Amino acid sequence: MAPGIAAIPSARRLSRREVFGIAAGAGAASALFGRAARAAGAPVRGGHLRFAGLTGSTADTLDPARMSVASDYVRGKSFYDGLMALDDRMIPQPALAERLESDDFQTWHVTLRRDVAFHDGATLTAADVVYSLNRHKDPAVASQQWMAAQEMSRVRATGPLTVEIELVGPNVDFPSLLGMDNFAIIRDGTKDFSTANGTGPFVCTGFQPGIRTTGRRNAGFWGVPAWLDTIDLIAIADDMSRHDALLSGDVDIIASANPRLVRMLRARGFGLMESPVGTYTDLAIRLDQMPGSSADFVTGIKYLFDREQVRDSVFLGYARIGNDHPIPPEDPNYAADLPQTMHDPDRARFHLKKSGMGGRDLELFCSPTALASVDIAVLLQYAAERAGMALGIRRMPVDGYWSQYWMKTPMSFGNTNARPSTDMTFALSFGSRAPLNESRWRDPRFDALLLQARAERNEGVRRRIYHDMQAMIRDGSGVCIPAFTTSLDAFDPKVRGLRPNRAGQLMGYGFTRSVWLDNAVGHP
Amino acid sequence: MNRGLGRLVLGRLGASAFSLVFVIVAIFTITAALPGDVADTLLGQGATAGATAALRHAMGLDQPAWLRFWHWLDSMLHADPGRSLLTGRPVAELIGLRLYNSLLLAGATAAVSVPASLALGLACTMRQGSRFDRFVTTALLGVVSVPVFLLATVAVFVFAVQFRVAPALADINAVHSVWQFIRVFFMPVITLAGATTAQMSRMIRACMIDVFSAPWIEMAVLKGVPPVRIVLFHALPNAIGPVVNAIALSLSSLLGGVVVVETVFNYPGMAGLMVDSVAARDVPVVQCCALIFCVAYLFLTTLADVVAVASTRRGGSH
Repeated sequence: MAPGIAAIPSARRLSRREVFGIAAGAGAASALFGRAARAAGAPVRGGHLRFAGLTGSTADTLDPARMSVASDYVRGKSFYDGLMALDDRMIPQPALAERLESDDFQTWHVTLRRDVAFHDGATLTAADVVYSLNRHKDPAVASQQWMAAQEMSRVRATGPLTVEIELVGPNVDFPSLLGMDNFAIIRDGTKDFSTANGTGPFVCTGFQPGIRTTGRRNAGFWGVPAWLDTIDLIAIADDMSRHDALLSGDVDIIASANPRLVRMLRARGFGLMESPVGTYTDLAIRLDQMPGSSADFVTGIKYLFDREQVRDSVFLGYARIGNDHPIPPEDPNYAADLPQTMHDPDRARFHLKKSGMGGRDLELFCSPTALASVDIAVLLQYAAERAGMALGIRRMPVDGYWSQYWMKTPMSFGNTNARPSTDMTFALSFGSRAPLNESRWRDPRFDALLLQARAERNEGVRRRIYHDMQAMIRDGSGVCIPAFTTSLDAFDPKVRGLRPNRAGQLMGYGFTRSVWLDNAVGHP
Repeated sequence: MNRGLGRLVLGRLGASAFSLVFVIVAIFTITAALPGDVADTLLGQGATAGATAALRHAMGLDQPAWLRFWHWLDSMLHADPGRSLLTGRPVAELIGLRLYNSLLLAGATAAVSVPASLALGLACTMRQGSRFDRFVTTALLGVVSVPVFLLATVAVFVFAVQFRVAPALADINAVHSVWQFIRVFFMPVITLAGATTAQMSRMIRACMIDVFSAPWIEMAVLKGVPPVRIVLFHALPNAIGPVVNAIALSLSSLLGGVVVVETVFNYPGMAGLMVDSVAARDVPVVQCCALIFCVAYLFLTTLADVVAVASTRRGGSH
């Protein structure tokens, strides 16, 4: 394997106690690298890359804890590192942590990499890690991972480069949590985020929320250095303007290409990258009130979804069909043998009639902020009409949708991004006490299985448990998941080294770490 | 006459001050009535009741409305718009750059559209009813009827994508010379000036035609005064009041009402800041933006009124 490209650290001596597959991850990366290398030629150092994301506003942030949209994660991946990093297949690999070990999956021991420098010159120590992890529990920090952070009951330094993390219970998947961008490591005591003081491959040279972020290559980066000299990150919310900026040569890469424009972009010689991410738009029917309290009603609605039509007409084929549980088909834990719920008007009619909800005022709440939800609602309304049931559509504005309507109304559409592990997916959105349990589905057996899987060392056994849990969600919960989206990014052909990543669009948001420009003037 | 004018100006300023107080109360009431707050925005989909309540407390959002109003009023009286709830940075710093950008765009647009609309409006008046007049009025009506976003998008597609003569994005950082300024600002200014000029010149034409129907103009024509002279030295001074008002009204929207152009060209101005801040419930920024828009509007309309009054007094000799 040639040096470079893969941001994954080269193989190191592993402790026997270590529980996650570094070797497997490195193998996959080298296979992928082999393909990329043949296709693209040798990487060139240097150049200036201009990127336009989808979301940019004064809410843009350099605080890892507050990052919540793709543009934030791109900044985060450029300037910061986590203790762990998720690879192409979402398997956690050591990053700032040289080793992460546990005997019981409840107490985790972190050994930090030596001689890692922050951008301000300070050396990374255990105190930085303790500060970075503990702050998520402070409400004033407004962390996106406030809830997930509650799992860490104690984080303390045991030496200058060693940290001990105590969890509330055993969790085999804990390394994945540390690989999330929100848990990136910042300097001890950092409160001002007008610039980024991280350890990442780029040093922040300018940050204006809602306008632009600039960075230059970090000469003292601990890992494989980036190819690019400088990066310029902006966001263009308007679809047409974002595509125009790429077409006119004002930017080199755009996030979230419109599927309708794919053919035109290809015809003009631009590249497109399809990333099979686990993001889904779902209809959540609350089971604790009418009409969702009728099991027949929920079953009827699940039969109403024409999943192929959702994939082909709404997402123009850039999606994969869902089976009403949150695990996408490309996930190793995906339960492939579960029967696929298909569009079945007769069964839908039967169940809906049996539910007796026909005469009621039934409304679907949707909003442009929940990706494609308005289109899916229209398809559902049409299907319902043919099955003899009238469904109303309430198209709500973007502003305030998540706080005012989502999960608050009997039937609302939501949009959920992939979590780094099956455990987190289940725990955060389907556990009985999970605040994001969209349909208020409560199943004590599911909760018990969740805890059992967390403590299970044997991967085969764990996979079987996850299999059963998918079946339980599919049959029991009020969440309907018709499809998983495929994310599209478009780029100028001079941008090389891009490759799809399951962890998210734009190589799991980390493309700045490994892409290069074909026409860059070579630097030593 | 000067004393009278002075009293009138003072009176007009007093009225503006009164409007401003009303606006301040209205801004606070409306922002307080918005559903949800910045704590909801910050936590987004990950919000839980416990986390939101704790954050709200940490930010002081759980204080009663009257207390928050008092704090705001107090800091505004000390010319300190406070800090953004979202970023923690001073509001003045956030607004400073954007206000400069917006004033630059508005200034460039005014510099193009005011002379253009005066010329078009006057030319149409002079040849009222002619083929030229009918063509120009129809064309202007056409421009007014086309939505700005369409105008802007078509302009970008033609000039930036097809011919690549101008950048698709108005990147103010790329401006280091007059030529670059023209290249970067060409499309946004043309788009905005198109709409503004169409509106202004139609109003100017209407005002001038009003004056033109006065008997003393007819007298001037009969005496053989050349048309250009009639328009510039007889009619225009008498129509200055309504003309200045028309210009002021059109220009007043250039600061806060150009969100479409800012969006299409990705130009960081005040309108976009206002929209972002409303969406994020960043109340201190919203309040400050709203206040600036209102002050700019009041300033322009008051100025127009004063000019109008001053000109009528001077023109009373006719």
